[in-house]
Amino acid sequence: MAEIRKAEGIGDWFDQRLATKKLTKVLMTEYWIPKNINFLWAMGVVLVVLFTILIISGIFLLMYYKPDVKLAFDSVNYTIMQEVEYGWLWRHMHGVAASAIFLVIYIHMFTGIYYGSYKKGREMIWLTGMALFGMFSAEAFSGYMLPWGQMSYWAAQVITNLFGGIPVIGDALVIWIRGDFAVADPTLTRFFMLHVLLLPLVIIVLIVVHFYSLRIPHVNNQESEDIDFDKESDKYLAGNKKESKVVPFWPVFLSKDFFVSGAFLVFYFYLTFYHFDFAMDPINFEPANPMKTPAHIYPEWYFLWSYEVLRGFFFDVGPMAAMDIGLAAFGFANVIFMVFPFLDRDPNVAPAHRRPKFKIWFWLLLIDMIVLTVYGKLPPMGINTYIGFVAAVSFILLFVALPFITKCDAKHTGGVK
Amino acid sequence: MRELKILGVVIFFTLVVYIGVEPFAHSQMHPHVAPANFNFQEESIDYATEEVKKAEEKLDEAKSNNKNVEIAENQLKADKKLLDSTTTFWNEIAKIDLSKGDATKGAETFMNAGCVGCHGIKSQGMPSPMDDATASASFGVVPPDLSTAGKLYDGTFLAALIKDPVKALKVEHKFSETKPHPMPQFFGLGGDMNQELADIVAYLKSIAPKTLKDEEVFENACQRCHDIKYAKRFSNTEKGALANYMGSTPPDLSMMIRSKGKDYLQTFINNPQKQLHGTAMPRVGLTKESQEQVINFLEDTGDRKKEERESLGMKVVGFMIIFTILAYLWKVKIWREVH
Repeated sequence: MAEIRKAEGIGDWFDQRLATKKLTKVLMTEYWIPKNINFLWAMGVVLVVLFTILIISGIFLLMYYKPDVKLAFDSVNYTIMQEVEYGWLWRHMHGVAASAIFLVIYIHMFTGIYYGSYKKGREMIWLTGMALFGMFSAEAFSGYMLPWGQMSYWAAQVITNLFGGIPVIGDALVIWIRGDFAVADPTLTRFFMLHVLLLPLVIIVLIVVHFYSLRIPHVNNQESEDIDFDKESDKYLAGNKKESKVVPFWPVFLSKDFFVSGAFLVFYFYLTFYHFDFAMDPINFEPANPMKTPAHIYPEWYFLWSYEVLRGFFFDVGPMAAMDIGLAAFGFANVIFMVFPFLDRDPNVAPAHRRPKFKIWFWLLLIDMIVLTVYGKLPPMGINTYIGFVAAVSFILLFVALPFITKCDAKHTGGVK
Repeated sequence: MRELKILGVVIFFTLVVYIGVEPFAHSQMHPHVAPANFNFQEESIDYATEEVKKAEEKLDEAKSNNKNVEIAENQLKADKKLLDSTTTFWNEIAKIDLSKGDATKGAETFMNAGCVGCHGIKSQGMPSPMDDATASASFGVVPPDLSTAGKLYDGTFLAALIKDPVKALKVEHKFSETKPHPMPQFFGLGGDMNQELADIVAYLKSIAPKTLKDEEVFENACQRCHDIKYAKRFSNTEKGALANYMGSTPPDLSMMIRSKGKDYLQTFINNPQKQLHGTAMPRVGLTKESQEQVINFLEDTGDRKKEERESLGMKVVGFMIIFTILAYLWKVKIWREVH
């Protein structure tokens, strides 16, 4: 047992029992981050800030929300939005943060792809990150159902129906997920449970693992330089702060993150108060009505690219129905990012601008996903369907080509530094 | 500087996505319609002309695809007929000189024409001849009390409505000779019909209050069919009869301001057919002022915290700007040591 002596102060009292000084060093003051980074490295902390906003606002909303089809709409739009003091504020913050967090997730993801921060020991960071993306998607989808507006209902109807495409068990699975033959009260209540309990728990655990998985391979840097962290941190501790290639997480790294988070929050609060329609679709202020199909059914903007991959295949090919091809492509789109580190066959870590072919591939992917996103919302008529189809096929071809392109890059550059 | 260049790239792609998904996609999903027009003669004829144009385009398309040509031809024929009858009707109405209307004579005409058989005018000591339940059962919807009609509705529209409700209300698609509108057409009392119409309108205007509160406008103009439960106001027509009369229960209007927005409501209330072709909702003929009041009331009910939101927003954004400046200064100080 540790030797416990009379404490010199409250800090010392805790240190003797919890080793708080050591803990602070490990987590904060001697957790080393490369110095050569830009503001994109702050997206992780911005995500933590947004997730915290979601949890806090969510807790307040939870105090008044009623997960019952007869009560849900009014509990949100009357009780929370009008009766409860500042209830509208919590709802707006929650709704807008849910949308904004996906913007930052995508920036975070594309940063990782651009700088090659998913390979050579960093695979677990990528995998836990993609698992988080999946869980956040489920969280967003289940949350969108709760206000029980028109789009809550119809999106739930369409998305749960997708599981019907799975061979053999499809039909039974749909009923099992819904808890009823159609989307109804049991569906709402169980998605409520997922949204406020199970999924947040899984997300929190995944975040911890995501952070932990950074410790061994360390954070990547702008030039993908292989840094000897022991040597550089010794330099820093010895006082050669300017020479050292690393900085401590606290206060140096975080001081930059606070600034970036602050700037992002200015933007976020502007959206929350003055420009929220993109995140809180007006159509969802119309109560759910199973008898009245809306003219256009579409998911929130962050799902549009994969929705368009699903819908892009609009014609039957031989014995395959358009719907099944679309579903297969949709499944492909949703798992392919997960295996990204294994599709990249170039063993070296380098930012995209130093990888001649991969650079082109990267910008093509980004543009293709934006095209998919925009056409995922446009009504599928005339030329739109063809553009959507081409973009969906391109998306798949890009990933088929990825191993060859990266292999080719590796050969030509002979292993970039 | 490199960071600014990267920021520029991030902002550029974010904006492209935003513009593509919001303004651009929405402009494709909800075709643009002409703005509200409170000159109801112009509005009616413009709309009918627009419909004929659309039907012509449809026919051209059908012909080039060689599909459903007959349906398109019939549609065009029907739309042309509607344009003709609309133009004839409103040109007749244009001959009525409202400025010559005599309120005293109008009161007499109003009584003699039998209006009070269905309508009450409470402000003049004339209660409705039927209770709400009986009126619902007889007409499908409780006929309006006319105490405020002269204030709420456009004068020319009122004259048109009295002359031919189906044409003025734009519900030709719902009523016919075999299924007549509950309010019969007015064929005059034997004198100069245009003068009689002007007199009745003058009478209704003379007894109308000079001002009305927003919620009173709503009550008189909308509440015979629509509930607005967040304002604790409910339609006085019996639900079953109303659903039967309209084809479905008219929606509760509590959150309409958030689900449809001001711009849509402006054109929709002015002429429901323009935004929702074939809807059972009649064009009610509100003046510009009354329509503004209805929309204000909808906003007060469905977006009650708007003012609080907008004033608090300034403070929170202001706070975050100060926070960001301080954070930047702190960051510069910290990084000076390591750079």
